[in-house]
Amino acid sequence: MSIFGTVRVKDGKYRIKGDFHHITPNTPIRNEDDGWKLMGVTNPREMIYIHTYGGEAPFFESVSQGKILGTRCDNPDCEFKGTTYLPFRIHCPDCLAKNTIVDFTDICTKTAKIHTFMVCERSGAFNTLDKPIKFINVEFDGISTILMSYLSIGDPKIGMRVVPIFRTVNPTYTITDLSWVEDGVKAEDLPEGFSFG
Amino acid sequence: MIKFSERQLRTPKLMRPVYLVTAGQSKFDRAMPEKRTEELCVDALTMAARLIDKTPAELKSYIHTAYYGHFADHFGDQLLGEAVIHDRLGLDPLGNIGVKTGGATGGSTLWETVKAVASGYSDCALAMGWERMDEVPTDEGNHLISCAADKDWETPLGHIYTGYYAVMAQKYWQVFGKEEESFRRTLAEISVKHHGYARFNPYAQAPMKITVEDVLNSPVVAYPLRVLDCCLMSVGAACAIICDEPTAIELTKGTKNKPLRIWVAAGSHTLRPACRRDMDIPLLPNETPDQYADLGERFPGGDRYPGFTGFLGARMSAYYGYRMAGIVDPMEDLDVIELHDAFTISDVQSYEDVGLRPYGYGRDYVESGDCYHTNPRTGEPGRLPSNLSGGLIGCMHAVGATGIMQTFEIASHIWNRWAELHGDPKVWEEFGREKPDDWTDLQVKDAKRALAISHAGVGSHVTATILMDPDHLLKEDA
Repeated sequence: MSIFGTVRVKDGKYRIKGDFHHITPNTPIRNEDDGWKLMGVTNPREMIYIHTYGGEAPFFESVSQGKILGTRCDNPDCEFKGTTYLPFRIHCPDCLAKNTIVDFTDICTKTAKIHTFMVCERSGAFNTLDKPIKFINVEFDGISTILMSYLSIGDPKIGMRVVPIFRTVNPTYTITDLSWVEDGVKAEDLPEGFSFG
Repeated sequence: MIKFSERQLRTPKLMRPVYLVTAGQSKFDRAMPEKRTEELCVDALTMAARLIDKTPAELKSYIHTAYYGHFADHFGDQLLGEAVIHDRLGLDPLGNIGVKTGGATGGSTLWETVKAVASGYSDCALAMGWERMDEVPTDEGNHLISCAADKDWETPLGHIYTGYYAVMAQKYWQVFGKEEESFRRTLAEISVKHHGYARFNPYAQAPMKITVEDVLNSPVVAYPLRVLDCCLMSVGAACAIICDEPTAIELTKGTKNKPLRIWVAAGSHTLRPACRRDMDIPLLPNETPDQYADLGERFPGGDRYPGFTGFLGARMSAYYGYRMAGIVDPMEDLDVIELHDAFTISDVQSYEDVGLRPYGYGRDYVESGDCYHTNPRTGEPGRLPSNLSGGLIGCMHAVGATGIMQTFEIASHIWNRWAELHGDPKVWEEFGREKPDDWTDLQVKDAKRALAISHAGVGSHVTATILMDPDHLLKEDA
């Protein structure tokens, strides 16, 4: 019986366990309009990638714990010292010094509002969010960039106040663990697995 | 980076004049199970040879290096596809290289090819681009395209690229469109125009005679964008032959193709639109600093540049390209253009980025009728016709080939060969497509100068390709 592939790091190396791919036979593609002549074959491919978050890992860990981490350039020699970033940037794009990690949870909770949005009726393969997906781009006071995310409760409008919610139960450790609801929603109304942190 | 040094803003300079000599393309379609990619590339190169009365072998004997544009290895499940194509074109052992910059791959391939000739490395180089997006079902194709977004911060959010444009459409509609229904109708008019022009192009895959209402009633993909606001997924190939002056003259002697001067410039901006920081607007030659001083008063929210309403990459490609070629006012200096209409909204955004209209007034380019071959408001020739090929919405978006197809299209006008290339009944018959009874010659009369914009991601890479009749240059030392 196959085991779903899992990975851990030990002594600086990936230690993998289980099956990372499954072999499925090719099947012929034939032309119904021309005597069922051979046109090609299907190439089934199922595999698991091993992906590192590297220096961004603290962000994805913190979301599962109800926090939003961003970064700030504190290099005294940088012309743009003090610029703050969310999405998290490991290095300052101007001086390339390593940024300082900053907890923006409080700013996000108190100042987040929708910069723009869209409602997505369709999705690509591998989508895990319920449709329609309400994409929102969220702006914050004092943060120089904007965050792309999704609204779980409420009808999005530009300028609308929103607050973050976090998938703290069975987190996926992806960006989908962070979502938003319109200001005023009660904890008991949040989607399963989500909390205010 | 939000401030640019003088060195970074230096106008690029080619070391010698570079020419587009000929070009070719395959049929474009959603799927082509009857042909391998190499067959499509052979079709394109054979056409390029035919247009200058050469056999493929004769044309190949001039090629010194090859530049291959192919965006998505994962679509075709073939890494190093350029090695396969190069071999099948019989161009071994010449040096070749692959280029991939998302939707701008075709334009970027030309960018590299032009530089190879300008530097003196090659006197004749091939730019060939292709894509085949029919090897996976559409929803998986949408996922593969969404992998061109940031895989950790954006792709998991829906796995659909249209969504990443739709947020810009929403913002643009609110800020510059002032949430007017008339603006939404203007967007729809772009789709009607491009599907309509595709009806006169035998290479185009989505010819349609539709109305604004048809667009507005088509299924929503990512509100406010609907199916008919979106570009196509395609299979096809296109190529161009780029030469120095002596080779260009030799190759075109006694043929219908006059060598055309070519310049390509490029710009870029962050893959994540959310990461755009506010900055001053880099000005084009036809703009002044004071004209945007009160932009935020005229359009509340419009003072955040580039925000979600502009494409800095497109602006910079025009910033460099116009100065290279001596263009001051594109509306006056150009005769025909092809823009990267990935979505109707990005078409409008581009009008402003490349200076056809000031920021905030892009819609006027459509509403004035300037963008048409024949202005429907006046019955006179459009002031600067755009996307007469049908563009990405009506003709194709075989990603690696798109920027080259656009360049071929604008060249066909300057060569005065548009009707010959698009109207030949044999081509319609060969492609199994019916030439419409109302087929119309869209040749732009006396076209001398033209522009094609090739654009990737949400503006991550953008190129501006400029063609000019060498007897109608705007700048002596260009």
